Amino acid sequence: METTRLIMVAVGGQGNLLASKVLGEAALISGVPVRMSEIHGMAQRGGVVESAIVFGDATSSIISDNEADILLGFEPAETLRALNRCSKNTKVITNTATLPPFTVSIGMGVYPDVEKTKELLTEKCASLVAFDAMKLAKEAGSPMSVNIVLLGALVQSGSLGFTKENVIEAIKRRTKQSFLDKNLKAFELGFEAAQNYSS
Amino acid sequence: MHKLLNDAPGEKIMLLGNEAIARGAIEAGVAFAATYPGTPSSEISLNLFQMSQESDLYFEYSTNEKVALEVAAAAANSGLRTFCMMKHVGLNVAADPLMTLAYVGVTAGMVILTADDPAMFSSQNEQDNRYYAKFGNLPMLEPSSVPEAKEMIKYAFDLSEEIKQPVLLRTTTRINHSNAFVTFGDIKPRNTEGRFERDPHRCVTVPAVSRGLHVKLLEKMDKAKEICEDSEFNLLEGSGKFGIVANGVSFHYAEDAVKDLGIEDKASIFRLGFSNPMPEKQIKDFLSGCEKVLVIEEGEPFMEEAFKAFAQEEGITIPINGKSETLFSKLYEYDPAMVREKMAGYFGIDYTPTEKLPTDNVPEIPIRPPNLCSGCSHRATFYEVQKAAKGMDIVCPTDIGCYTLGFLPPLSTGDFVICMGSSVSSSCGFGQATDQKVISFIGDSTFFHSGITGLVNAVFNNHNFTLVILENDITAMTGHQPHPGVDMDRFGLDGYGRVNIENIVRALGVEHISIVKPFKVKKSIKTIKEALEYKGVSVIISQEPCALYAKSLKLLKPRAFKVSDKCVDHKDCITSIACPSFYLEDGKVNIDANTCVGCAVCAQICPENAITPLKK
Repeated sequence: METTRLIMVAVGGQGNLLASKVLGEAALISGVPVRMSEIHGMAQRGGVVESAIVFGDATSSIISDNEADILLGFEPAETLRALNRCSKNTKVITNTATLPPFTVSIGMGVYPDVEKTKELLTEKCASLVAFDAMKLAKEAGSPMSVNIVLLGALVQSGSLGFTKENVIEAIKRRTKQSFLDKNLKAFELGFEAAQNYSS
Repeated sequence: MHKLLNDAPGEKIMLLGNEAIARGAIEAGVAFAATYPGTPSSEISLNLFQMSQESDLYFEYSTNEKVALEVAAAAANSGLRTFCMMKHVGLNVAADPLMTLAYVGVTAGMVILTADDPAMFSSQNEQDNRYYAKFGNLPMLEPSSVPEAKEMIKYAFDLSEEIKQPVLLRTTTRINHSNAFVTFGDIKPRNTEGRFERDPHRCVTVPAVSRGLHVKLLEKMDKAKEICEDSEFNLLEGSGKFGIVANGVSFHYAEDAVKDLGIEDKASIFRLGFSNPMPEKQIKDFLSGCEKVLVIEEGEPFMEEAFKAFAQEEGITIPINGKSETLFSKLYEYDPAMVREKMAGYFGIDYTPTEKLPTDNVPEIPIRPPNLCSGCSHRATFYEVQKAAKGMDIVCPTDIGCYTLGFLPPLSTGDFVICMGSSVSSSCGFGQATDQKVISFIGDSTFFHSGITGLVNAVFNNHNFTLVILENDITAMTGHQPHPGVDMDRFGLDGYGRVNIENIVRALGVEHISIVKPFKVKKSIKTIKEALEYKGVSVIISQEPCALYAKSLKLLKPRAFKVSDKCVDHKDCITSIACPSFYLEDGKVNIDANTCVGCAVCAQICPENAITPLKK
């Protein structure tokens, strides 16, 4: 089985660890081998949280620089920061809703312009899907479901070889029952956003 | 029912490495477990803690790793299968009992897990604990994957029981914090009825006894070596002349690299999984079939030096290399591309690495260091101490926990930290060695762990400093584990005692003790000032529950604040406390109502009183 390497970058608290778990469950349902690596602990206090997910036959559970096939960014500056993980063959999907780090508020650096970020990603990588996942999460009823909106867009890209049904089943198994309706709506909205996206 | 107690052999499930390890211990029939939490091992204990609440497994959060290992040593000498887990630096704390427990041994299976942290994702150093196995004469196992970790811990209990010796299981962060599919096995029944049989000539380590025990220890290790020679955990893949030696996660990077470089028929990989004592015969056979050997191991040259020594004994003169300027480093963690590239270079294989993307036109992206949470009481305490100490030449030893982050600007409070508890003892030294005002910080869990002895020292030797104990009612950084000062009713658990920090400090003989509520800014600054002026040892206990924990218990009902139009843009709030709920919009300060918990510290420091509750 061919190996697909996915990097997800987010800010602590955006729920990318849950998104990894849903993808892992979807892989289990789909019979795709998978290994995932994530970082816990001090890094979770508002820092950058990265998950690496390797689908297919490779046995490593981490992904080297320049070797991600897909980059899923939960926050545009973090997506741009993760360019070192990408090559010219990488497909990029990113949320455009910003979460500027506190260093910006205290004058240590300037937050990169989102339009410029999109241009750079388009110029350097194989493809880009960029949309406001926060807006869609709110539309689905909970700003907490940004992660599931982005999963919808990821599944739409077809890069993982999972059926939509299997991912929906994984969401049902792995996310809280009380959030299920909102999450399913969030997933659909993300899927549609990616479908209708034209750069 | 806890998912790891599910008695469903054959069921396949996605598990975190730490969950797989906890499940492996359950399948092995573990009856007794003790720990002090530490990343990357924390989720093992969290799962065992949860499972102990719905089974007859005994689990405890001990006050520190030394205590945990001693508690566990007694259980393992009373016939109970016992598991003791900690992060790598925790084993330093437990090293004293470890070294002599090796002499005494156990009567039932005992596994000691050390979770090493190459690259220091959440640690103060990246020491390689494989040397503890060699140092202490303990058998050691090292898994390369999540499912293997589960199988290895089961075997570790059997091995320990067979040779009556504790077994060290050594993981690294990339095992603990990786997820993979794991298949459940049978759960062995637990024996929870312990009995200690007196055996003073084994268990009372006076010199005359220990001299004999050391002889027995070496005999046990000889037996372990025999067992190791046939261990299924030492693997040989391929039969080529390019010899590759690997352990832990590096084994999989090596496997992938061999495949990617297309040298399956030229290479052979020796994976050391049972790595102390080493399978000497197997290693010598392997070396005699190789032209050239590459050793891939994160950390120190533990295997490399041993393999070189084995080669010397056999008169084998092939090149054996691992750590060098052109090959692998002792620093940080490895990754698949690094291993592929070094392997290609070493064996002379054509290889072009993936091209890097040009980044010359990418703007610099502002850093996003971890930060204290919105409403974190530590932020308030640091701010108040700095205000109270204004004009003083201060040194601020700090300690290990979320509050270590206080060293970052703008709080910039934290000047010296080496290990758990060092804030208090190093304050004794700074106070004596300098004329500077010493103000140190320690969390409540860390105070119990190893701060108390330092404070006893301070009182006895009449040192001069102010210690701030940050009492937030939980072990926060590692994911909200209890400690001896915690009200266990909040966990819905009875049968626990509770130790009061103020009473301890008083009983130790500290004469100047004050309590502050850090969200009352003015009052706190005044109290802190008085404590700082005291000559001798003064202790300030800053009491406020961890905001994250309080939210999760619904003890805290967030009531957000907003910046009103009275704001004239001093930005004092942002520049002095940098709460993550602040953001700038068109240059003006705003508060994110979704994350603000309403601690109101910013409202108290705003010179215009422009920050007010957001009315709903």
